[in-house]
Amino acid sequence: MNLEEKAASGDRLSIARLLTMIESGTPRGLDALDVLYSKSGRAHLIGITGPSGSGKSTLVNRLALELAGKPSDDLNVAIIAIDPTSPFSGGALLGDRVRMRDLADRPDIFIRSMATRGALGGLARTASEAAMLLDAVGFPYILIETVGAGQSEVDIARLAHTTVVIEAPGLGDDVQAGKAGILEIADILVVNKSDKPDADAAAHSLAAMLEIGEELRTGYSTKPRWKTPILMASALNGEGITELADVIRSHRSFLDESGEWKKRGEARVRELFERLLREKLFNDWTAKINQDDYEAVIDRISKREISPRKALADYLKS
Amino acid sequence: MDRKIRVLIAKPGLDGHDRGAKIIARALRDAGMEVIYTGLRQTPEMIASAVLQEDVDVVGLSILSGAHMTLVPRVLDLMKANGQGETPVFVGGIIPEEDAAQLAALGVKAVYGPGTATTRVIDDVMNFVSQA
Repeated sequence: MNLEEKAASGDRLSIARLLTMIESGTPRGLDALDVLYSKSGRAHLIGITGPSGSGKSTLVNRLALELAGKPSDDLNVAIIAIDPTSPFSGGALLGDRVRMRDLADRPDIFIRSMATRGALGGLARTASEAAMLLDAVGFPYILIETVGAGQSEVDIARLAHTTVVIEAPGLGDDVQAGKAGILEIADILVVNKSDKPDADAAAHSLAAMLEIGEELRTGYSTKPRWKTPILMASALNGEGITELADVIRSHRSFLDESGEWKKRGEARVRELFERLLREKLFNDWTAKINQDDYEAVIDRISKREISPRKALADYLKS
Repeated sequence: MDRKIRVLIAKPGLDGHDRGAKIIARALRDAGMEVIYTGLRQTPEMIASAVLQEDVDVVGLSILSGAHMTLVPRVLDLMKANGQGETPVFVGGIIPEEDAAQLAALGVKAVYGPGTATTRVIDDVMNFVSQA
């Protein structure tokens, strides 16, 4: 059996090796995706995002157990846990496993840590391809935990079918919540650390923010709509996790029935294809150009002799 | 292509002193590596499973409890059973010389005592990877 066949039959080492190849962008890894792509498209991709310190990893730890059910040799839940790459050294400290201890001896749960490697939207550069592989080898649930996200790390909403935004009391006032980005992408909103005294107040101000958004949107949409629920949870004490898993499953039913599942899938494929196209065109083009000419253009722009936009127009003409 | 060195730093056993492990993790990160840190009180099974899923290039074990002669061979055995017997492993901690020799005989690439310069660990890890 080759690596793809072994991975598709559930061999953990083959899955892990392919993930490394895909993450490194080796031809071997990309070929594997070509082979396995037809098997993908079945997994439920669930994004978990929220500010640093809101308890994402702890919640993922509990949620994965809840979704996986009884331990078995099947592939039940895959987790992609993302932490930032240092902009200075290019290295990364990937520490999400520290809070996922309960999953460490579960053969049916597969955790993979990824560094962002320069991507800015809260995901790893190859998170989408990694999810595709985990989908193709048969994991029914894929949890994607983003880096600590605030107002603009919203790429997860384009990758996941269901986006769970975690907030915790004491991380910001309701104006912060209104600045949006992250709240707008929530299919499910979780107020974690519900044991803290100001949790109810946090849930209240989030509910008010969501309501404003709902009212502003109803005017121009007639589609069946999903109303973002707000759940209270304490990941540390395991409270509210069963409810969260239930709501995630009902969101999936909503996606299926409303046609959104298919629509989100198409949007993801389009985005992926466009990204590949951009990268390919750019790389082919950079391979062809004269580096000295290119540097000369950059030099003229930085000396303010020509604007970037004008320089580009001239450059592409020549 | 963007091949980064991936290292797993784990603390098997029951001692709660993770300063050394954290310093090494940070030093390797600052040297441009991706370091997966698994936290305290890991069983050999948990470590081997993390090594498998993360497909790391190098494994570092930090042990200050004195139980290295039981814990390290167990991790090595489990890694071998998972098909990762070739993955380089180093050990940090307070390890008597005769134990260090035995660990080396079992295949441990390097043993670092207290006060080891982080630059040495970084250089070694890079060498392990280029030899592999």
